[in-house]
Amino acid sequence: MIAVVDYEAGNLTSVVSALNYLGVRFAITRNPREVISADKVIFPGVGEARQAMGVLRSTGLGDALCDFAVSGKPLLGICLGCQILQDYSEERDTPLLGIIPGRVRRFPAAEGIKVPQIGWNTVEHKPSRLFRGIPRGSSFYFVHSYYLSVQLSGQEKSRWVTGTAYHGIQFAAAVNKGNVWGTQFHPEKSGPRGLMLLNNFITGMD
Amino acid sequence: MLQKRILVCLDVREGKTTKGVKFKGNIDIGDPVDMAAMYYEQGVDELVFYDITASAEGRGIMIDVVRAVAERIFIPFCVGGGIRSLKDMNAVILAGAEKVSVNSSAVRDPRIISDGAKHYGSQCIVLGMDAEADASMKSGYGVVIDGGRRKTGLDMLEWAREAEGRGAGEIVLNSIDADGTREGYEIRATRMLAEAVGIPVVASGGAGRVEHLERVLTEGRADAALIASMVHYGDYTVGTIKDELAALGVPVRMD
Repeated sequence: MIAVVDYEAGNLTSVVSALNYLGVRFAITRNPREVISADKVIFPGVGEARQAMGVLRSTGLGDALCDFAVSGKPLLGICLGCQILQDYSEERDTPLLGIIPGRVRRFPAAEGIKVPQIGWNTVEHKPSRLFRGIPRGSSFYFVHSYYLSVQLSGQEKSRWVTGTAYHGIQFAAAVNKGNVWGTQFHPEKSGPRGLMLLNNFITGMD
Repeated sequence: MLQKRILVCLDVREGKTTKGVKFKGNIDIGDPVDMAAMYYEQGVDELVFYDITASAEGRGIMIDVVRAVAERIFIPFCVGGGIRSLKDMNAVILAGAEKVSVNSSAVRDPRIISDGAKHYGSQCIVLGMDAEADASMKSGYGVVIDGGRRKTGLDMLEWAREAEGRGAGEIVLNSIDADGTREGYEIRATRMLAEAVGIPVVASGGAGRVEHLERVLTEGRADAALIASMVHYGDYTVGTIKDELAALGVPVRMD
């Protein structure tokens, strides 16, 4: 069974619609035990990092996600869910779950660069199970004001970045460490290519 | 890189897509859910549904249409028309809309923007702004509401900046003067607005040919262009428009 984590961060309707369309069985859950016992976990989310972390801490879902991540079973974070997998966010100075090393920063103000980034951006990705069958340079739908840095603290380049995009600066569009994956973009809102990526996660990670 | 978006707008009245000219007279042109699915197949980047009767006649929005669209298309869409409260916003967001658009109601009470942004995030809250040329305004453009029937005395740029400050994540600028003419977008106002705010601006009103989109997305500095008649009557498909835009060097999503 696939568990979709519900932690009051945005609504789950679009993820649910996409999973229904793909014909997969899943359960929406707020129960940490159901998260830990799932075969795969989808961790979506839209909203503000600090508030989301507060809910994850108080419900025990944060610990459950960390436990699930070390189990070796596939985990996919989407948008805010992807950011929360990192160590730290500049958004209200928030420590995150630290499942994949990395930092989340605010897009700098720059001439002609609109924040939030809203729209379809091209992603250059390395070959991986998650992106199987998806050409490099495919477009995905992004909505965010904070981004995953391609660098770790200091200037060291993160080796967990598996896809990049550009919005005034280069940022991480997708990250991966072992069985844990994250996409800053919304595959459930990214048309046929997005559905293909979700389907790869559902059927192709074993 | 971030691509220029093409949005198709469906005006919905009593569950049917309709199209009017300069807010006078409307004809029904199809089922909004089927039309949404067709434009999705053609590669549209985003859809906008306006309940055109809601604002004037106090009609609620068509939640069933929103739900049916969310089950069939997997791109973002926005719902507007008659959104007056957090409760109205909640209903369309729970039904599957990515964004909600506020227009007349935000002019009457701007707190709906700040409250909406606080609850759902700025990315959810779109300000729809109907503007017309008005020499008495500092920017030369004034904001009108209730489908263009009522002047507000608000300057286009001042209102846009206030909405941005309150947390609006995007602005759709609809030119009352250009709407329905198919003679081109209001380039000057669009550019002025796009340069004045730090959030994305969607140009609306007046599209008739691909060069109109090309102009507003380059010279007009718009992040996205909204179309309706061009595709509703079968003169173009979203695909043919994007092919032509790409050939003109405008970065659009082709996959």
